[in-house]
Amino acid sequence: MSDPILSLQAVHTDIAQYHILQGVDLEVPRGQVTMLLGRNGVGKTTTLKTIMGQWTAKSGKILYDGQDITRLPVSARARGGIGFVPEDMGIFSDLTVEENMLLGCTSGPLDSARKEWLLGAFPALGTFWNSEAGNLSGGQKQMLSIARAMAEDRQLYLIDEPTKGLAPAIVSTMAQALRELKGQGASILLVEQNFSVARALGDSAAVMDDGRVIWTGPMAELAENKDLQERLMGLSMEAH
Amino acid sequence: MIVKLLSGDKPRSAVLTAVLLVILICLAGAPFIFDGVRPLDTAARICIFILLVASYDLLLGYGGIVSFAHTMFFGLGAYGVALASTHMGRGFDALLAGSLAGALAAVVLALLIGLFSLRVRAIFFAMITLAVASAVAVLVSQFSGITGGEDGLTYKIPRVLTSANRMGEFLGTRITGKTLNYYLVFFASLILFLLLLRIVNSPFGRVLQAIRENDFRAEAIGYRVVWYRTAATCLSAAAAALAGSLFAIWLRYVGPDTTLSFEIMLDILLMVVIGGMGTMYGAVIGAALFILAQTYLQNLMGSASEATAGLPLIPDLLNPNRWLMWLGILFILSVYFFPSGIVGRLRQRRAS
Repeated sequence: MSDPILSLQAVHTDIAQYHILQGVDLEVPRGQVTMLLGRNGVGKTTTLKTIMGQWTAKSGKILYDGQDITRLPVSARARGGIGFVPEDMGIFSDLTVEENMLLGCTSGPLDSARKEWLLGAFPALGTFWNSEAGNLSGGQKQMLSIARAMAEDRQLYLIDEPTKGLAPAIVSTMAQALRELKGQGASILLVEQNFSVARALGDSAAVMDDGRVIWTGPMAELAENKDLQERLMGLSMEAH
Repeated sequence: MIVKLLSGDKPRSAVLTAVLLVILICLAGAPFIFDGVRPLDTAARICIFILLVASYDLLLGYGGIVSFAHTMFFGLGAYGVALASTHMGRGFDALLAGSLAGALAAVVLALLIGLFSLRVRAIFFAMITLAVASAVAVLVSQFSGITGGEDGLTYKIPRVLTSANRMGEFLGTRITGKTLNYYLVFFASLILFLLLLRIVNSPFGRVLQAIRENDFRAEAIGYRVVWYRTAATCLSAAAAALAGSLFAIWLRYVGPDTTLSFEIMLDILLMVVIGGMGTMYGAVIGAALFILAQTYLQNLMGSASEATAGLPLIPDLLNPNRWLMWLGILFILSVYFFPSGIVGRLRQRRAS
């Protein structure tokens, strides 16, 4: 794999007394969607949070666009072009949808063409543009969280379970938006439990177990091989 | 025009708009509407405390930062004017130099406190501000050669701002330098309040609100949380110091009890909470209500006590000496019935 946008080399992370990441090696190719898969509690979310800097890696190296960001502050990583959509959405509920979107633009006003694209991808946000974000439904909050991360052009998106707990109609809206983002050439590291979304979007996959990446390869290969899925994750993804 | 002056932040409630208008009209026309020295003094205090409480709201309501050093910044502004007027003699240059020096000292101190302690958890910041404020209060009372110690300082302000400057009559009211002094306090407070309103409605204010709600998310979007918190602390300190300067110009006296005491800090906290945190307009309602209660509750209770003299127990309960107990009860009731403050409650009513 040549010149990945993101590379983790033997990353270890502790949370309190727990040793969660136990030597993660991972590469995210440029312009591709990499699925981060695995059973619950194997360290997928901790991996994303370590890349973003919410948890500091105890050892190992995180290279982003060729630069070592292991010890950089969170805000510097974000300004360097990494967008993060956490599982808990993290919208600012006291502010309006518009204010949330404007906060997503750290280097200037919201570009009108980008706004048009985002409101086309997530029409509900346009409807509630001036409403307080705290009054939105769960699905709308998730849309806002993703749209806010996309408000500015970022090189790499870390997205944690964007379709979790959403109604099927909203899942397809979300998947379509991610497909469009991928079409624009963005690099995405996506944690996703919804198999149809993972299969439709993923170019490559990395499967984690016990705080390590135990398998990497093309998403299509994993999607077609039920035995491999059973062996790696203890279940068939078709069932999900 | 008015919406622009309010930075697009409208009161968003008809009742609130009406109450704010009444307060504005009463304060703007205080020298002509009310007779005597005491009402004018109360109006000036309300103007100054609106500014002081609004500057604290920027910190607590918008930034989510709990500080106990706000009276220290207030005191720095007041002592700046007092010391400049004492050493430079009476004159507007002394007032200006003292105000600027006080504000500058407040900003420098806020910057130091912010850079050293805003990286740590909120509770440590609160404790550090408490420690620094206590240390400054002790220093002020110990260095009596400079600050006048517990007795404070009495000084002269430009004659044009004192009662000795008689300027004739207008609308049946005698206009003196004191009237001019009042309008200096009124307009300076109004302009600085509108400036604070502009700050909280700017992109900077939005980031502060975002940090208050979820500081990691704000950081993960790309905002340097420590920088924003420190900037908010400095802005808030500067505004508090300017409020202190106005207080010093109005009173012509500064002392630890009137500008630096922890009781004033508690009063500011109560005014912010009663008015409604994170609203700015809460500062107007909270300060007006609190200072009116502080000034007139004792009189009101005295009259009520006399009127109920024949009844058992009630006159004792209404004894003017018990005014703090009733203020406490009023505070408990207001927090119980208006957990989001009076402004928050009025806006909720409109929303529902």
